[in-house]
Amino acid sequence: MSFELLEKFRDPDLCRKILDKMESELDRELRFMEVCGTHTVAIFQSGLRSLLPEKIVHLSGPGCPVCVTHESEVNAFLDLAGRGNVILATFGDLMRVPGDKGRNLKKAVADGARVKVVYSPFDTLKLAKENPGDLVVFIGVGFETTAPTIAATMKMARDQGIANLRILCFHKTVPTALDALLADEAINIDGFILPGHVSAIIGVKPYEFIAENYAKSAVVTGFEPLDILQSLNQMIEWRNQGEAHVANNYTRIVGENGNPKALEIMYEVFEPTDALWRGLGLIPGSGLEIRAEWESFDAKKEFGIEIKDGPSLPGCKCGDILKGIKQPDQCPLFGKACTPANPVGPCMVSTEGSCAAYYKYKLD
Amino acid sequence: MSDKVLLDYGSGGRASQRLISELFLKYLGNDELDRLNDAAVLSLSGKIAMSTDSFTVDPIFFPGGDIGSLAVHGTVNDVAMMGAVPRYITCGYIIEEGLPMADLERIVRSMGEAAEHAGVKVVTGDTKVVPRGACDKIFINTTGIGEVIADPTPSGDAARKGDAVLVSGTIGDHGLTVLGTREGLDFEAKVQSDSAALNHLLVKLVRELPEVHVLRDPTRGGLATTLNEITKSSNVCCELTETSIPVRPEVKGGCSILGLDPLYLANEGKFLCVLPAEHADKALEIMRADPLGRDACRIGTMTDANPGKVVLVTQLGGKRLLGMLEGEQLPRIC
Ligand code: SF4
Ligand code: SF4
Repeated sequence: MSFELLEKFRDPDLCRKILDKMESELDRELRFMEVCGTHTVAIFQSGLRSLLPEKIVHLSGPGCPVCVTHESEVNAFLDLAGRGNVILATFGDLMRVPGDKGRNLKKAVADGARVKVVYSPFDTLKLAKENPGDLVVFIGVGFETTAPTIAATMKMARDQGIANLRILCFHKTVPTALDALLADEAINIDGFILPGHVSAIIGVKPYEFIAENYAKSAVVTGFEPLDILQSLNQMIEWRNQGEAHVANNYTRIVGENGNPKALEIMYEVFEPTDALWRGLGLIPGSGLEIRAEWESFDAKKEFGIEIKDGPSLPGCKCGDILKGIKQPDQCPLFGKACTPANPVGPCMVSTEGSCAAYYKYKLD
Repeated sequence: MSDKVLLDYGSGGRASQRLISELFLKYLGNDELDRLNDAAVLSLSGKIAMSTDSFTVDPIFFPGGDIGSLAVHGTVNDVAMMGAVPRYITCGYIIEEGLPMADLERIVRSMGEAAEHAGVKVVTGDTKVVPRGACDKIFINTTGIGEVIADPTPSGDAARKGDAVLVSGTIGDHGLTVLGTREGLDFEAKVQSDSAALNHLLVKLVRELPEVHVLRDPTRGGLATTLNEITKSSNVCCELTETSIPVRPEVKGGCSILGLDPLYLANEGKFLCVLPAEHADKALEIMRADPLGRDACRIGTMTDANPGKVVLVTQLGGKRLLGMLEGEQLPRIC
């Protein structure tokens, strides 16, 4: 997308108009959750957060894959770091995520572990070719956005006869998690800003249950200030009319049916499975697992890794934050024991985590 | 000489001698260095500014520069930021065995050219060759020394409420170039490092405007981190206007692909200048008259609203904190 066009979605005058309109139409507090961490950051970075009407409570949901990576998943990849013939490949976000006993990948590297930060899963093909005597294990963390690229990488590896690539598959799917959130009575959300990137893959239909089963609104939304304001405004209007809808406000990128090709390749390689989410616990059918035909790629099988629920990090309120029950600065550790330099939970590590966004951008 | 750097060249014996006379003296030589004494004898007068820095950049060659010129620019700029005229530099080379001799020659030549442009003499140096794997291709340390002409000396704790904050040009170019080259990323539009010696421009500036309070080059950690350092030591608040911070569209584009923030990317040819607002226009005039300050602009003001903090007023008119960089910037997942 050209910059000129993008600038239109940042037009300060138009934003002001919508903000004023929202202000006049709000008769009570409304609670909106943005599912995706990129939205959290966009809302802070653009300064929107400081401009939104006070009656809008803005909550950050479980939409950053780093934040929802379960403790035992973190420990699993930390256990692999430093094993003789293993080269771990990962996106940069995971380097500082804390595991048990104060471990993280940065420290593992300092202790001699071979860890390579990659920008695309395809980079792992080259890495595997260059290190034929080693096993390259890619840490597959992410949602429907990343899973298809990883599936494509696995297919290419098979076509090219690369036998030393493994995937540690911790992929999760977004709609199932939202269903679990909505089913939780402790949670009080009036509407959702739905992720742009994830929706570009899965389309809009998988979210329709939000209006049908729970009578809440949800809008697939882009990352510019006007995108976000328009979606919020739309949901306020529906609410005032006593209606609930699921809509697509990001039509310049997201088609109604998403990207069928990407979905096809994703389900060719992966199948749904139960998954553990940090702070949310076990959500049936919310994960992806490597299909039996592709099990030669499966690092969990290769290394006998089992993911089990256990006690979470002491003090960390990530769960309440991911569910929108608490705001980051209501966590007793926020800004004290837990800072980006010394994160207790992943919400403080990830660039898209809500605690990190609060710490980084919030003025008071 | 062999076409690769061998351990022999660091032995101190004949091979070292050859390396020094056939390569280092060829490109860096001057009356002082040529004597090859154990130490340089210099004459300087008045207040002296001195600075040292080590350069370990990967890759060693990048669009717009290389580790040799960078090692000169970085140190010359650090000295000049104190309102000083850089005069002499030293260089220490740590070379990995096996480095192609042609690469070394390219680096030393580039260092010689950079020193000449900057008007500084390399007066003493050292070379070591370490076994393969003990360092990454080549590390260079430079120390610079210069005569302070500004009175009072610009200092990070001298920013005052009401001061204007200026930047000498577009930001993020160097950081994005180095990162992009390292990762083999092909940006649609070409980005290039801004590596340059700023001393001539800075000397002009402090001569004509002795009122300058702070001069800093926003290298690692970028504009945001440098401004945080200044607001903390001066106990003022810096209010920046997002729309007036100059960033090239191609740098913006590259950053948005990688999930990076140009405000935190390193610069090697830019400086920040904090001075009383009534002198801002004059300072901009001086800066813009020099090719290295062509894109200079005023980006903010020091206030007393949130002491020690940097606040960004966004395009939308919202406000947010612009904090220090925590560790290195890492690209996001998707
Ligand atoms: S952009 Fe992707 S990874 Fe980042 S928060 Fe949104 S869905 Fe998650
Ligand atoms: S502030 Fe730290 S400890 Fe508290 S919820 Fe956030 S990440 Fe967890």
